[in-house]
Amino acid sequence: MQVPASFDYQRAESVDEALELLRRYGEEARVVAGGHSLLPMMKLRLAAPEVLVDINDLHELDHIALVGDELRVGALTRHRTLLESELVGRYFPIVHDAEKVIADPPVRNRGTIGGSLCQADPSEDLSAVCGALHASAVIRGAGGERIVSMADFHQGPYETAVGVGEMLTEVRLPVLPGAGSAYEKVERKAGDWAVAAAGVALTLREGRIADAGVGLAAVGAGALNLHAVQTLLNGSEPSEALYEEASRVASDSCSPVTDGRGSAEYKRHLAGELTRRALRRAVARAGRPIGATAREA
Amino acid sequence: MRITVNVNGDDHTREVEPRHLLVRFLRDDLELTGTHWGCDTSNCGTCVVLMDGEPVKSCTVLAVMAAGHQIRTVEDLADGDQLDPVQQGFIEQHGLQCGFCTPGMMLTGRALLDRNPDPSEQEIREAISGQLCRCTGYLNIVKSIQWAARNRAEGDGVAETAGSRT
Repeated sequence: MQVPASFDYQRAESVDEALELLRRYGEEARVVAGGHSLLPMMKLRLAAPEVLVDINDLHELDHIALVGDELRVGALTRHRTLLESELVGRYFPIVHDAEKVIADPPVRNRGTIGGSLCQADPSEDLSAVCGALHASAVIRGAGGERIVSMADFHQGPYETAVGVGEMLTEVRLPVLPGAGSAYEKVERKAGDWAVAAAGVALTLREGRIADAGVGLAAVGAGALNLHAVQTLLNGSEPSEALYEEASRVASDSCSPVTDGRGSAEYKRHLAGELTRRALRRAVARAGRPIGATAREA
Repeated sequence: MRITVNVNGDDHTREVEPRHLLVRFLRDDLELTGTHWGCDTSNCGTCVVLMDGEPVKSCTVLAVMAAGHQIRTVEDLADGDQLDPVQQGFIEQHGLQCGFCTPGMMLTGRALLDRNPDPSEQEIREAISGQLCRCTGYLNIVKSIQWAARNRAEGDGVAETAGSRT
């Protein structure tokens, strides 16, 4: 039987109370929401926080709202809620692509976007998605809120910009006119972590790609936001030759390691091929009126 | 710490360690052993119970996190001698062999039908995709849930949506 090491449990009734608890217990405290990343790590003693601060009652952090030119997603929003959100599907089909292949329905009933991003596992899908979308994260602490880009949020494997006494409260996704996005993942079996995955987001302006974002999962740290591919894409006209070049650059820009899910060579091949496929679909979706992608099979 | 969890309609108060898992709380403290315990890693899904009506893997929920919530286990499916249509479906369509995955499968079937009384085969397969069965190849489980959808119990709360079917 796998059981976590002993810890104290505190259930927060407000964000302010959660922040107060996180300040009081400092480095020894961890936030728990769905718990589907943290509890397995605690069972394996890969994590052993002395205090868990349960934020499941903070319904103010469970929201999806279009505000101006941003979609604001509360950190406590469950995977299932994202998958069932028509608003998310309309503006960010990449999120629905990814959510369909994140774990399985009972896990998606519990897991949250905030937990996924804060876990900062380089193999985690929503981190690559949010990287591709150039999302920003709202981090709240005693001194108020600060907003950081995804590039700054993820500081390395299992490390984020969220400091002691702070918590992630919201993820903001920029809504851009003429946008298209897609996520492609290869997994060994349904619901597994990716062998490799690629997310692409872009806009088309007068036939040329702009605002390109490319994020890869499971091919090493630092691939959540591939500047080299983005630079190549921006200002270019979509073509198979361009996708071929983007595929090559993506493949060269990552650093996969051989493990039970595949060899480094195979993952590098996937990084390129999945970038190409995601690019094709993102460009196709960018050319359609908003909402058309929601009706795709 | 002292917690009160509503299980199958009754409040149960117990003293537990925060690290106590919901699956152990149900099986060891409440002696509701219908909830099975398998991989302990939220992969196999045999420990699925309904939390506020939705399937969750009880090996990855702390009992303290369930405090104040409604938990439903397989013991609550039948109403006395009257089986839930999902249970009857598993009998009619041979939805089990060894029976290890069955409680979780039936609860997921029940939760699906509560939300969607007339699911497609694909929707059923998607709903049970977080739970492993090593005996049936899933075919008979899908048939069992389809049987339950066709043979709804009287007054099971889905009658008002039946009119929308054509």
